[in-house]
Amino acid sequence: MDFSYTEEQTLLRNSVARFLADHYDFETFKRVSRAEPGWRPDIWKQFAELGLLGASLPEDFGGLGGGPIETMIVMEEFGKALAVEPYVATVVIGGGLLRRSGSDAQRQEWLPKIAGGETVMAFAFAEPQGRYDLADLTTTAKKSGAGHVLNGHKAVVLGGPWADTLIVTARVGGGQRDANGVSVFLVDKKSDGISARHYPTVDGQHASEITFENVEVPASNLIGAEGEGLPLIEQAVDEAIAAHCAEAVGCMRVLQDATVEYSKTRKQFGVPIGKFQVLQHRMVDMFINTEQSVSIALMATLKLGESETERKKAASAAKVHIGRAGRFVGQQAVQIHGGMGMTDELNVGHYFKRLTMLDTLYGNVDHHLKRYAALA
Amino acid sequence: MDLSFSPEEEAFRQEVRSFIRDNLPDKLKGKVRRGDLETKDDYLTWHKILYRQGWVAPAWPKQYGGPGWTVTQRYIFNEECAEAETPMILPFGVAMCGPVIYTFGSEAQKQKYLPRILSGEDWWCQGYSEPGAGSDLASLKTRAVRDGDHYIVNGQKTWTTLAQFADWIFCLVRTDTSVKQQEGITFLLIDMKTPGITVKPIIVLDGAHEVNEVFFDNVKVPVENRIGEENKGWTYAKFLLVHERSGIAGVARSKKAIERLKQIAEAEMIDGKPLIETDEFTRKIAETEIDLSALEFTELRTLAKESRGQMAGPESSILKIKGTEIQQRITELTLEAIGYYAYPDARSFGDNEYPVGPDYAVGQAGHYFNMRKASIYGGSNEIQRGIIAKAVLGL
Ligand SMILES: Cc1cc2nc3c(=O)[nH]c(=O)nc-3n(C[C@H](O)[C@H](O)[C@H](O)COP(=O)(O)OP(=O)(O)OC[C@H]3O[C@@H](n4cnc5c(N)ncnc54)[C@H](O)[C@@H]3O)c2cc1C
Repeated sequence: MDFSYTEEQTLLRNSVARFLADHYDFETFKRVSRAEPGWRPDIWKQFAELGLLGASLPEDFGGLGGGPIETMIVMEEFGKALAVEPYVATVVIGGGLLRRSGSDAQRQEWLPKIAGGETVMAFAFAEPQGRYDLADLTTTAKKSGAGHVLNGHKAVVLGGPWADTLIVTARVGGGQRDANGVSVFLVDKKSDGISARHYPTVDGQHASEITFENVEVPASNLIGAEGEGLPLIEQAVDEAIAAHCAEAVGCMRVLQDATVEYSKTRKQFGVPIGKFQVLQHRMVDMFINTEQSVSIALMATLKLGESETERKKAASAAKVHIGRAGRFVGQQAVQIHGGMGMTDELNVGHYFKRLTMLDTLYGNVDHHLKRYAALA
Repeated sequence: MDLSFSPEEEAFRQEVRSFIRDNLPDKLKGKVRRGDLETKDDYLTWHKILYRQGWVAPAWPKQYGGPGWTVTQRYIFNEECAEAETPMILPFGVAMCGPVIYTFGSEAQKQKYLPRILSGEDWWCQGYSEPGAGSDLASLKTRAVRDGDHYIVNGQKTWTTLAQFADWIFCLVRTDTSVKQQEGITFLLIDMKTPGITVKPIIVLDGAHEVNEVFFDNVKVPVENRIGEENKGWTYAKFLLVHERSGIAGVARSKKAIERLKQIAEAEMIDGKPLIETDEFTRKIAETEIDLSALEFTELRTLAKESRGQMAGPESSILKIKGTEIQQRITELTLEAIGYYAYPDARSFGDNEYPVGPDYAVGQAGHYFNMRKASIYGGSNEIQRGIIAKAVLGL
């Protein structure tokens, strides 16, 4: 057993951390997330030059040959910076699906583009009626010549306004919630028949409602075998969950440090509020929650390559734990900052909001508790 | 002991219900539900409707313009307002400053201020907290120095709710620095139009301009605007804080919010059936409802005591703690219920724009973020527990 990082991994962490510290401070986040286009295309190119976008992709396709650990490292730093760039959708979901299940031609075409920062993807999987069930789909893909025709509505597509390419799940057969009959497609966002409504999200990102009306998708854009997309998506989503858990860990670390620091300087009743035992114990609980989250995020990351059951259990376990821990740490960070914690001006509230929404993403505590229990 | 209402009380309930039904403007209802009362008008419209009916200050003694209701009638009135989702009457004038004025003010002050609080002509805000004095309120530093028949006020208040609309601010100021903190504080009423006052917005987590910083630079305040005696302000302030605490329980509003939550859970689907039919979620709602029932009866016990003429004691901190915990829990569960449609930022949608996602989801995430304030303001829940530990348990 070895929990140490390789030299390259340490280097990666240091370079991401330094880059974000120099280019992505809190004020920049606020300014960028509130103006059009809501993210930084320029910095995406720089991510590519730094090797971040290819960190977890194979060397043959312009990547650095890393894997989930590299993703974890990048995402934890992204979490600390509240970065909004669509790393998970493009690299983890898009890159992961293509790397594992893409045809040779698809890999040749897409992976170098991902690593090079030449494409931006968004994952259009959720539907208004489907909640967190990846198979609950009313979007249909009908065979038409060699390709497919898509119809349907995808909800809350994060990064939708920025993407050039959508990864879309759709039903090619079976009933609305069947495991069989799901396909996954790459769809050019400029295709005829796509309309989108873009909007900001409460945690500083942007998303879209996307409607597909007789959208033609060429056969070359189907990923994996027709109708057998669900297991592919489940794996990609578990990888995304591990990545977002690392992001949440980054957020928690910032809140933990900020709160302890604040409690040492903020004085009431003539003493720093950190002297009050009730707050000390609260901050210790924040610390325990954060450390346990670090551990379980690591577990989920390391188990991504194990059997399907082990992988799913680990991802759900991490999602449950971090959903709860994130809520506790976020709420208490605000509470201990008093009125200051309620302001838009201070960074604390923004981490609280991001953590809150990370619980929702890919299924909240209840959803994953149930999935875990069913597998255990 | 008896839980039922008398026929007269039932008749009173019907009277209130039909009054609200006939008079609450439609446009306000949706705004209350989404938590986006925003303009001065939004707040004042309903205030003025109740004022014309003589119902705007249910707790005030009749001689000052209250309706002369019993404790039970006030309880019924609250329930009906919550049920109909009327806007809240802001506490700063009616529930805070008014009672201080009719309890401790001079005859002239009563005549000058009380009618204008009732009519809504004067909008009041509360100038207690300062950057350095939050939980430790008595350490406040805003200075008032006597100069003939005026005080000259210098300093800063903060977190002042809706001061941007205010005509008046009631302030705690320091008039003596040589004595124990609590003994050098004076309670002043200050006209917001006085030269030297500057108001700066503070935006809170959901993007609302809800609070402000208020700066005082050589502000001249007539001595006649002082409540009671110089350096006795802490006594009046504490009286007011107890008033603030009991109002904060919000039982009736929480009942309504749970009802709304259930409607959402009926509409939201999970694995092909309504969310409300899943054990996990239904249990969470039930737990919250049970907590609320206990709180309701704790509040009724407090009210019963009050109706026997006893003042609510330090145990009223229970109402603040549990009331706000339940309010926060309901917003948490509502957020859970709406799933992905918690994401869209409701503030980005124009008035005439169709919202994204179901109507009931609009603004709920913002509401959840915003309600974190409830365990911070009005004396934080840590401070309230401290009060119980000290004043009730004698620790
Ligand atoms: C939305 C909002 C509206 C408000 N409106 C008004 C208003 O209209 N007028 C007004 O005057 N004020 C208002 N306030 C201010 C509010 O009353 C203060 O925020 C509150 O008293 C806490 O003070 P603080 O923010 O300085 O936090 P601090 O006092 O600095 O507290 C920070 C943390 O330390 C904890 N703490 C402090 N002392 C102790 C202790 N002895 N033991 C254990 N824990 C302790 C607190 O509980 C809190 O968690 C408002 C606040 C908010 C958030």
